[in-house]
Amino acid sequence: MEAYAYARPTTLDEAVSLLAAHANEGRRTQLLAGGTDVLVQMRSVDREPRTLVDVKHIADTNRLDIDSDPVFIGSAIPSAILNENEELKSLFPGLIEAADLIGSTQIQGRATIGGNLCNSSPAGDTIPAIIAAGGVCVIAGSGGTRRVACEDFLTGVGTNVLEADELLVGLEFPRPKGRTADGYLRFIPRTEMDIAVAGAGVALSLDDGGTCTAARVAIGAVAPTALLVPAAADALIGTKVDDEALAAAGAACTAAASPISDKRGTIEYRNKVVAVLCRRAGANARDRALAR
Amino acid sequence: MAEARDYRAIGTRPVRPDGVDKVTGRANFGADMNLPNMIHGKVLRSPHAHARIKRVDGSRALEMPGVYAVISGADFPSGAEGEISGEGGGTVSDLAMNIMARDKALYHGHAVAAVAAKTAFLAETALELIDVEYEVLPPVLDVDVAMEPGATLVNENQRTRGNESAGPSNIAAVTKFERGDPEAGFAAADVVVERDYRVPTAHQGYIEPHACTASLDEQGRATVWCCTQGHFDVRSMTAGVLGKSVGEIKVIPSEIGGGFGGKTVIYLEPLAVKLSELTGRPVKMVMSREEVFRATGPTSASHCKIKVGAKRDGTITAATAWLAYEAGAYPGAPVGPGCMSVFAPYDLENFRIEGFDVLVNKPKAAAYRAPGAPQSMHAMESAMDELARGIGMDPIDLRLENCADEGTQAPYGPVYPPIGIRKCLEAAKVHTNYTTPKAEGTGRGIAAGFWFNIGMQSSAEVRLSEDGTVTVMEGSPDIGGSRASMCLMAAETLGVPYDVVRAHVGDTESTGFCNVTGGSRTTFATGLAVVQACEDIIAECKQRAAATWDVDADQVDWTEGEAIPKPGVNIDVQPLSLADIAGSMGRTGGPILGRASLNAQGAGAGFSVNFADVNVDQETGKVDILSFTAIQDAGTAIHPSYVEGQMQGGAVQGLGWALNEEYIYDDNGVMENAGFLDYRVPVASDMPMIDTQIIEVPNPSHPYGVRGVGETPIVAPLAVTSNAVSDALGFRISDLPLSPPRVLAAIDAHEED
Repeated sequence: MEAYAYARPTTLDEAVSLLAAHANEGRRTQLLAGGTDVLVQMRSVDREPRTLVDVKHIADTNRLDIDSDPVFIGSAIPSAILNENEELKSLFPGLIEAADLIGSTQIQGRATIGGNLCNSSPAGDTIPAIIAAGGVCVIAGSGGTRRVACEDFLTGVGTNVLEADELLVGLEFPRPKGRTADGYLRFIPRTEMDIAVAGAGVALSLDDGGTCTAARVAIGAVAPTALLVPAAADALIGTKVDDEALAAAGAACTAAASPISDKRGTIEYRNKVVAVLCRRAGANARDRALAR
Repeated sequence: MAEARDYRAIGTRPVRPDGVDKVTGRANFGADMNLPNMIHGKVLRSPHAHARIKRVDGSRALEMPGVYAVISGADFPSGAEGEISGEGGGTVSDLAMNIMARDKALYHGHAVAAVAAKTAFLAETALELIDVEYEVLPPVLDVDVAMEPGATLVNENQRTRGNESAGPSNIAAVTKFERGDPEAGFAAADVVVERDYRVPTAHQGYIEPHACTASLDEQGRATVWCCTQGHFDVRSMTAGVLGKSVGEIKVIPSEIGGGFGGKTVIYLEPLAVKLSELTGRPVKMVMSREEVFRATGPTSASHCKIKVGAKRDGTITAATAWLAYEAGAYPGAPVGPGCMSVFAPYDLENFRIEGFDVLVNKPKAAAYRAPGAPQSMHAMESAMDELARGIGMDPIDLRLENCADEGTQAPYGPVYPPIGIRKCLEAAKVHTNYTTPKAEGTGRGIAAGFWFNIGMQSSAEVRLSEDGTVTVMEGSPDIGGSRASMCLMAAETLGVPYDVVRAHVGDTESTGFCNVTGGSRTTFATGLAVVQACEDIIAECKQRAAATWDVDADQVDWTEGEAIPKPGVNIDVQPLSLADIAGSMGRTGGPILGRASLNAQGAGAGFSVNFADVNVDQETGKVDILSFTAIQDAGTAIHPSYVEGQMQGGAVQGLGWALNEEYIYDDNGVMENAGFLDYRVPVASDMPMIDTQIIEVPNPSHPYGVRGVGETPIVAPLAVTSNAVSDALGFRISDLPLSPPRVLAAIDAHEED
């Protein structure tokens, strides 16, 4: 594989300048975090020359602020670090179960949720969980720093709002308060090492009586991008998140979905299963919230 | 006649001799051969499933710096003759065209040209500069469509064997055999089950892609290093395709990272030799995973129809099987063995079996573990399950009622010598996993499996070293622990410890001819050769002892690894151990070696009974295998751990095929899931521990009673899964795979009814 360049900036400014300079000269760059998507693509579907800009050696992308509000997770932090962090698991059980679903133990030593988001696959496992948990993308670029809600970050299959001179620094999450919890489930035909046929993330808050006061529901692998489904959240808010409410939320997910039939599942199958996953993930989130 | 008896080495579980090198990475596999000045070959593959090749022009590629040669069909001799000797069969001519298309590309991925360049990356880049002009033709992609009159012809010259006058057809061959009067039998039945079953195309799924390195010397002699199940067959096939004599080719087998039948044929070796001939350099070729899926041997998709009838007491009165298998682009679907195995476990008076070998625009089928049996026996064993329900009988009892025994004339002809099907069924009936009731809401399924096993040609030489260590040289590539088994049989025969014996797989010029490692023949046939070669050694050792003691050789016995005087021979001498004799062999007549070569007969059929409990998620259609029990007759288990490993590995492959494995094609005949991400073999966490129970009904044709064990294990799991899922659902899904979308769609359709 000839004609590849590799850059390893150590500050955000250096990274942004590098990206901007390449963009001005019309030279292609690609951001490299764990590389678990990029390296595979370079070896198979996309062999064109480019400069890889490694974001793993920048302090900001490695920052993990768990005790703050918002909680901040740097874009270069491998999911193994997240998966082994008991406090994060307790705060965002759904987000961490999503991060823990991707790849093998070995892959998780490299793979990042920031990279998963920037790869912007419709089937990216952490994306519905990030959206449900209210994740906000912190983006650095020549024009300074901007924040974009995760559900607005994605623009299509493999595309997002990042400009050629921008990079994702990390994700901010509102710190869960009181009886707030999340859950994520995906469906694959195997038990691991597979790509989601459908996925659903649910985050919700309950009052002391167990009534849902706030909810966010997101679905994956059933549309060109992961989607926030407000109608599904509305179906839960004001209820005890019982079977009936969960069924209504599931139906809202099916209504919001616009899947394709492909080698991983048919339209009919995905429409049905996304509702099942929403119900089950919602029940998990409810039970976790009730336990707080 | 072999009988169960006490052994000292056989039946123990020592560490395999190749184990440490494999876990440390020291072992060399197909892609590990590197030579000075070596260049790399890559193959250009057809983007169409069916197309006439009007022109292949490599001139633009040849202009690229670092590109040494471009070849296409025109570079190979036409009119190759003869049959190939591998397990799958077929003609050299078809093999040659499968390796490099001539006038037509017959499947997406069919090789149309190849290039040699300085690096693999350069070679791939150069492929894009080879100009091929195609006339695209409509593909025929389904066995039922291909059999219809007027269907698009894969090969305009193909006629049905034995019915050539009927004109061109995609049906290459029809197999038919019959006994008794099936119609009268059905008329006498109280319950008749009749159903269609479809099984998808499946790949062997070996982890190591095909790889070889070839180097041609100035005298035109080629050396080929490759991963294969049979290097002697690689030699003859490569020679056949290139129009060379076998004496001009030497093949050196590497360690092999899985084959399962798929490495009994060749794809790259003649191309690498040809490219080496044109460039004067060694040429290495390694397939990508995608190429492995698109161009190498899957096994046939099939459409089977079974009709079986029985009396209320469980006696089967008649059975018929109609079996149509996809051959891929050239004749040779394993429908013959499919026909022969479909009713093999049973003693039937009335039956009819028809099989069809059908061309479609897909890769040519290659052998896959018990080729042909999983498809047909999935159908029959599913029908047996439905029959048992129909008459209200335990499915094991129904099988026991109709079970074949020693003396039964097998449906495929011969009279069975001692076989183990009844013992397997009886063992299943009392197995704790069967007597324990299944959990609420789960399903249980049981099925029988069978494989003929084969003998064929093997050679072995056994050599003594001066310190008494023993070298076994044989020609069967080790795909399942056979070197350990050879060492155990040699140790048993000679009466020496396992760890003084070393087994080696010799290249085509270092050991005698040996057919492929396939047909579950190696431990039986090559093992037989090793035992006979050891007996040769013993005879020579007795001679040396006799000479030392100044008695006749027939006055010497060989026991426990020592020469001793026969009882009644009155001489005062100390026993001479193998090491004693080896240490003095230079003074007693020179080096000692034993040899044997044979064409083994009486392989001994292998039967199994498997059962499983499953859970079906009614909302997603996902099937979880909760427990799986494999019971199989091994004759005698030489190395029980490796027999159990075969049973477990075969079970997992069968379960994978039953659950998720399938080739998914688009309408143009392009495989959409040419990778392990979407061609879903099971991962470890998908599987429960596979419980095993070895039954030993010794094979009288082998001194230690060996039967082949490698292939039978894949057969039963398909119907086991179908039967268990049908039990859980309360209705039958007859087609595979039982993937979540298929199962959920069936649940929905059933609820609508």
